[in-house]
Amino acid sequence: MSAFEAQVPPMPINDAAMRRAEPPREARASPPRWQDPLFEHTTRLFAVLVLVLLACIVVALSYAAAPALQKFGLAFFVTDVWNPVTLEFGALAPIYGTLVTSAIALVIGVPVSFGIALFLTEMCPAVLRRPLGTAVELLAAIPSVIYGMWGLFVFAPFFADHVQPLLTDTLGRVWLIGALFQGAPTGIGMLAAGVILSIMVIPFIASVMRDVFEVVPPVLKESAYGLGCTTWEVVRNIVLPYTRVGVIGGVMLGLGRALGETMAVTFVIGNAYRIRASLYEPGNSIASALANEFNEASDPVHRASLIALGLVLFVLTLVVLAASRWLIARLARAEGTKT
Amino acid sequence: MSGGGSGIYRRRLWVNRINLAMSLATMAIGMLFLLWILAVLFRNGVSAISPKLFAQMTPPPGAAGGLLNAIYGSVLIVATATLISTPIGILAGIYLAEYGRNSVLAETTRFINDILLSAPSIILGLFVYTVYVLYVGHFSGWAGSMALALIAIPVVVRTTENMLRLVPSSLREAAVALGAPMWKVILLVTLKAVRGGVITGVLLAVARISGETAPLLFTALNNQFWSTDMNGPMANLPVVIFQFAMSPFEDWKSLAWAAALLITLSVLILNILARTVFRQSSVR
Repeated sequence: MSAFEAQVPPMPINDAAMRRAEPPREARASPPRWQDPLFEHTTRLFAVLVLVLLACIVVALSYAAAPALQKFGLAFFVTDVWNPVTLEFGALAPIYGTLVTSAIALVIGVPVSFGIALFLTEMCPAVLRRPLGTAVELLAAIPSVIYGMWGLFVFAPFFADHVQPLLTDTLGRVWLIGALFQGAPTGIGMLAAGVILSIMVIPFIASVMRDVFEVVPPVLKESAYGLGCTTWEVVRNIVLPYTRVGVIGGVMLGLGRALGETMAVTFVIGNAYRIRASLYEPGNSIASALANEFNEASDPVHRASLIALGLVLFVLTLVVLAASRWLIARLARAEGTKT
Repeated sequence: MSGGGSGIYRRRLWVNRINLAMSLATMAIGMLFLLWILAVLFRNGVSAISPKLFAQMTPPPGAAGGLLNAIYGSVLIVATATLISTPIGILAGIYLAEYGRNSVLAETTRFINDILLSAPSIILGLFVYTVYVLYVGHFSGWAGSMALALIAIPVVVRTTENMLRLVPSSLREAAVALGAPMWKVILLVTLKAVRGGVITGVLLAVARISGETAPLLFTALNNQFWSTDMNGPMANLPVVIFQFAMSPFEDWKSLAWAAALLITLSVLILNILARTVFRQSSVR
């Protein structure tokens, strides 16, 4: 065969010649063809696994929560009763506790995170930027249960002795919000839980804010400085408007974290199913209710009700986190088209 | 004219100073809390640390003892979780960075992965409870590892993808031009180039899961005795901290502080190690 081909005289350049320019089949490197597709499909399989995990969680929790939802119907979400003895369950009190503690965490956490991000991007000497940035991130690395222990044994007594009386004397006298700061200063309750949560979400919000502040094109800031703006004016009028979407995304990320935070809240919130005006009163969040009660719940309805609570929490955080990611991605995309 | 002008200037200057001072103060507040927590941990934890800690089992109420079974259980559960999550995370990360890129599947997976990254850990514990513990009928170390692996996977996926995206295309093209098939290019060239970064991701994932308590409550639970059986309830440091700290017994509380110090130190050291040592060797 090859001997015959060698005798064929050279042909003028045409299609046949082009075809002959390809290397002969036996000379080609012969990679086993099944390996590449196999590898690609394997990696895709695991990516899909991550993808379906979310759906699996929703389905599994819904299935396990079904007995409670069937028994109580939509009333489950608006009833303020939690009685394992008579087996009557309503999710309103834990949902309220979750939302209130997260709101407190954001009210305190957002301004502080903004300050930290501002300090790290605009004021900090370059030498200290890395170490201080890492130190803030270490706040996020401390396990939740440690915050809980510290909160119960150290922070709560301090809070009851020094902070709560002060708040009652000042904010407690203010019209409308005064009712939030009434009652016995025990240190255990919604407010203490919210304050500890705020410390825990600061590193997350601050880190997103720092990242988005850094994407502001230097030329924008330099022009403002060139016009004679002070650092604060540059941040207020250039950096914040430019990064607004990303900053909101960071706040939502912090909210998502605060909603689901378990151990720290469990230690200090007081574990009581009630809705009271005062933030000094003990309460319960969804996560703390689960941590406290789940292993002691022997009745199927009780257990299903707790899983239903978990489902509520998961859906709530999903919505918040999805909004957060969408906002941050939108800023990143806008940035991508500009450069 | 100059009077009015200087008034405005002065006001702007002071607004600037006050706001920057407040920014400095927030940074100080953050550091204050970090140092406060660490100081409390050291003050209460160091006095509770003794050789007994590593030689005896967790005691019954009111008695002295150690943490040996809890330390062993924690290490075993976290190691198993790491072994499960690392290959899954790296392979999924490879798909996102090398094959999927901007396809709809990859974009969706990336979005879901980012959400899972911040999902409440207690929910993952609840999930493993409903799909595994409920069916086998008992708590187990395996269930604990599964819950922790689910938390670690998104972390590994994210860092692997981010790192692979830093590899310049010319490196891949050079390898392909030499005739290497794609799987070899990825495993032997691109992944190898960012080895340090991927290890960083795995270390951060380990740091993240070693302190997790909530997902272990419904899965591994706790065990007062020495147990090497991953198929049964298993002692672990975080749950021991939770149970002992909430108890009225002084011996238990001091053990909880010791466990808290051990966990925090290992988590912080892992974090600092990941951020300093391995980051240097990764592609910038």
